[in-house]
Amino acid sequence: MAVTTLTIDGTPVSARDDQTILDVAREHGIHIPTLCHVPGLSEVGACRLCLVEIAGSPKLQPACLTPATEGLDVTTRSERLDGYRRQIVELLLAERNHVCSVCVANTRCDLQDLAVAMELHHVRYEHQAPAFALDASHDRFVLDHNRCILCTRCVRVCDEIEGAHTWDVMARGGESRIVADMNQPWGASASCTSCGKCVRVCPTGALFEKGTTAGSPRKDRSFLTYLKTARERKLWIR
Amino acid sequence: MAAEDVDAIRGRESAAWDAHRGRIAVCTAAGCLSSGAAAVKEALVDAARTASTNGSVRVVGTGCLGLCHAGPLVRVDTATEHALYERATPGVAPALVCAAVAGALPREGRNDDEAAFFAPQQRIVLANAGRIDSERVEDYIAAGGYRALQQAVGEMTPPDVVQQIVASGLRGRGGGGYPTGLKWSTVAKADGPAKYVICNADEGDPGAFMDRSVLEGDPHRVLEGMTIAGYAVGAEQGFIYVRGEYPLAISRLKTAIKQAERLQLLGHRILDSAFNFRIDLRIGAGAFVCGEETALIASIEGRRGTPRPRPPFPAERGLWDRPTLINNVETFANVPPIVTRGGDWYASIGTARSKGTKVFALAGAIARTGLIEVPMGLTLRQIIFDVGGGIPGGRAFKAAQTGGPSGGCIPADHLDLPVDYESLAGIGSIMGSGGLIVMDDTSCMVDVARFFMEFCREESCGKCIPCRAGTVQMHGLLTKITDGRADERDLLLLEQLGELLTRTSLCGLGQTAANPVKSTLRHFRGEYLAHIVDRRCPAGVCRMKGAP
Amino acid sequence: MPTAILAPAPPHPSGDKRFRILDATMKRHRHEPDSLLEVLHAAQELFGFLDLDCLIYVARSLKVPPSRVYGVATFYNFFSLKPKGDHTCVVCMGTACYVKGTASILAAIEQQYRIKAGDTTADGTMSLVTARCLGACGLAPAVVFDEEVAGGLSVGLTLERIARWTSDGR
Repeated sequence: MAVTTLTIDGTPVSARDDQTILDVAREHGIHIPTLCHVPGLSEVGACRLCLVEIAGSPKLQPACLTPATEGLDVTTRSERLDGYRRQIVELLLAERNHVCSVCVANTRCDLQDLAVAMELHHVRYEHQAPAFALDASHDRFVLDHNRCILCTRCVRVCDEIEGAHTWDVMARGGESRIVADMNQPWGASASCTSCGKCVRVCPTGALFEKGTTAGSPRKDRSFLTYLKTARERKLWIR
Repeated sequence: MAAEDVDAIRGRESAAWDAHRGRIAVCTAAGCLSSGAAAVKEALVDAARTASTNGSVRVVGTGCLGLCHAGPLVRVDTATEHALYERATPGVAPALVCAAVAGALPREGRNDDEAAFFAPQQRIVLANAGRIDSERVEDYIAAGGYRALQQAVGEMTPPDVVQQIVASGLRGRGGGGYPTGLKWSTVAKADGPAKYVICNADEGDPGAFMDRSVLEGDPHRVLEGMTIAGYAVGAEQGFIYVRGEYPLAISRLKTAIKQAERLQLLGHRILDSAFNFRIDLRIGAGAFVCGEETALIASIEGRRGTPRPRPPFPAERGLWDRPTLINNVETFANVPPIVTRGGDWYASIGTARSKGTKVFALAGAIARTGLIEVPMGLTLRQIIFDVGGGIPGGRAFKAAQTGGPSGGCIPADHLDLPVDYESLAGIGSIMGSGGLIVMDDTSCMVDVARFFMEFCREESCGKCIPCRAGTVQMHGLLTKITDGRADERDLLLLEQLGELLTRTSLCGLGQTAANPVKSTLRHFRGEYLAHIVDRRCPAGVCRMKGAP
Repeated sequence: MPTAILAPAPPHPSGDKRFRILDATMKRHRHEPDSLLEVLHAAQELFGFLDLDCLIYVARSLKVPPSRVYGVATFYNFFSLKPKGDHTCVVCMGTACYVKGTASILAAIEQQYRIKAGDTTADGTMSLVTARCLGACGLAPAVVFDEEVAGGLSVGLTLERIARWTSDGR
């Protein structure tokens, strides 16, 4: 493990070569938008929001997956990058039914935060308006496909941290959907342990606790890094 | 089985071939089989038996002869001449057999295009089509097969082999055009307890059947190429990932693998050396995205075929996180001749940066639909009009589409473009795997772009947002245009989305999904504007639903 | 809700011989989770489609989470979770065939038999499927009737071939 120096947005920063550009940027207060990234879970590089420009390379690279190697010259903001991020958020908002006013995650939603930060007033793409029902069969939680952005945080946390692998993705492309066990109602799942980790990591109002109203408090996801480090570093008190 | 034993088989078979008065090869690739080639072959076998020719006429089922529109095809060779017969029926069998014995081949039923079709071609990958029985390893050996493996394992070191591939200038024939020698040397240098060789036989481009023909017609060529690769990079396990839609190719491969194992040309202690190499088949299950190397790997690992971000590349961390060499069928098929004739020989064919030959599948509005193999650098005009016989029905050439859903359309003003990697990229298309669809003036280029976008939308794996949601939106916009309901703003949205997909998608499917749109916008913008502004489809294809 | 999720380990309680063949396939692959696609291929071939019970059985035998099996089974076009008809008609929608008019052949079949591609007729006689290129481009337009690839078709010829299935009876 070596120490490296690289440049992010003109600022020289130091890093360890086992860190990613995203880690280092965050350490230095440089904000790079993300949706599929959660500290403590594996990286998938799927949302494409964290793509950054690296001098000398024609291809954009995902900051969440790119190691902070020596001498990199990284640009995290540009008209082009901002434009792509805007399009990605608009595509998401047009893909399913994201109606904030009646959503439990209103004011505490990662997708909404992104749109607000971009001053997104309207979506230029045609709303697909798929017809999704809610799954309220579980005694404690609800799954609302209308709000799901297929970030797969729920799939990963259930597989990697809880170990139950209740969730996975079915079909493909625009037909993709999150399913529990054999595409069963969540309440009928034999593998689910009701631990609620998936609900805690979900960025939008797709997964929520029954009884939650709009305007509920912001979710705390630091429990994941806590779970990961507690054993290793014996840091039992947060 | 040591090298000398293989030489012995080769000698025996060749002598047997020479002893024949005539050889009749019936094309038994899938296309001709669908037109009744099996019955034709059976009739010929019977005729050869009953004519009491004392085994002097040999009838075999062979690989794709190329003139697919004229099948079933039968090639007859005597000591002095050969002829190609088209649209053969079982009824012609007795006459052909007699002719082969007598050494006087009849005029009737001959294909007239043979000379024009084959003259510009240089058949390296397809060399054995028409010569060997696709289901007999002895035939392959007699035609010179496995000599390369003997040479590699017996006389060369792995770095020697890699060196020949580097010298050849061979580039990936699956479409990417990545220097094969560089890939091989990367994997060769990688560390690890195990490495893998994967043959990507998931030929998913609609309109492409090159790999299929090689797998059905000359399966040992692919096995030999893979085994040599295993030797060169230090792998002991190979996989051929073949489309489930190719049952004939699958069965021919299974037969070939068993035959090679029996002769110790595959498996344990190959040719009595210390080198072991196994090849197993993995069958695809109908997902175009699994032609992308990391998605293919995920599929072999028993997962959904979603790609992984690269870097790291498979050469470094691939199948089960181990160094993996993935190459296309045609790439592997070029390996044995490169080994026996040398990399420099291969590099003498083609252009400065695109060496060797390329197999193309000609389809669409072209007189001679079928399979061809030409040196890199031949012009599009030569391929379409000389080899392909031009546009039938007296219609005009409009565009040639290369690279399938990842490629672009080339209009008439660029017919003299040399077909090589750089030239095609420069004009907004790609070489692709070899599918070459010719379109005449009855095709609407906007409809073609919509057709390819629909394909990408249905085949998108769904992992990344730009491709998953972007292909849906782009398809929606293109449908709006072909329905006559769009305005100029929609065109701008289409172009911007195209940029997003190209620059931000996670894998090649998304990154190239916008190519057909971009290229048709570049060369046929007028057609788009006619649909949008005039609410009219110049080619008369699109049913404009919107009010004028 | 399926109680079969708590089904016992192999052999399958139904005693259906096909499950024994499936067991043999899994054994051949040493019950490795990575062999999931090969096993699903085998199951699809043995049973004609993958029903819930079969998927659960595979999940159990290979020790793979059920949601992962479901996710894989629904990702690939080949696997069908619904039974197929007695006959299958595959219309090629590859570029070469499309350019030669298979879109109108498909539309004609859909109209005549009142189903969409991917469905089976109500009486179970025929399943209509599209393929993204059969690799028989020299035969465009191409349609597969059960195992047989036919080329150079028109709307009329195609409908005629299909009608033979219903007039011939089962």
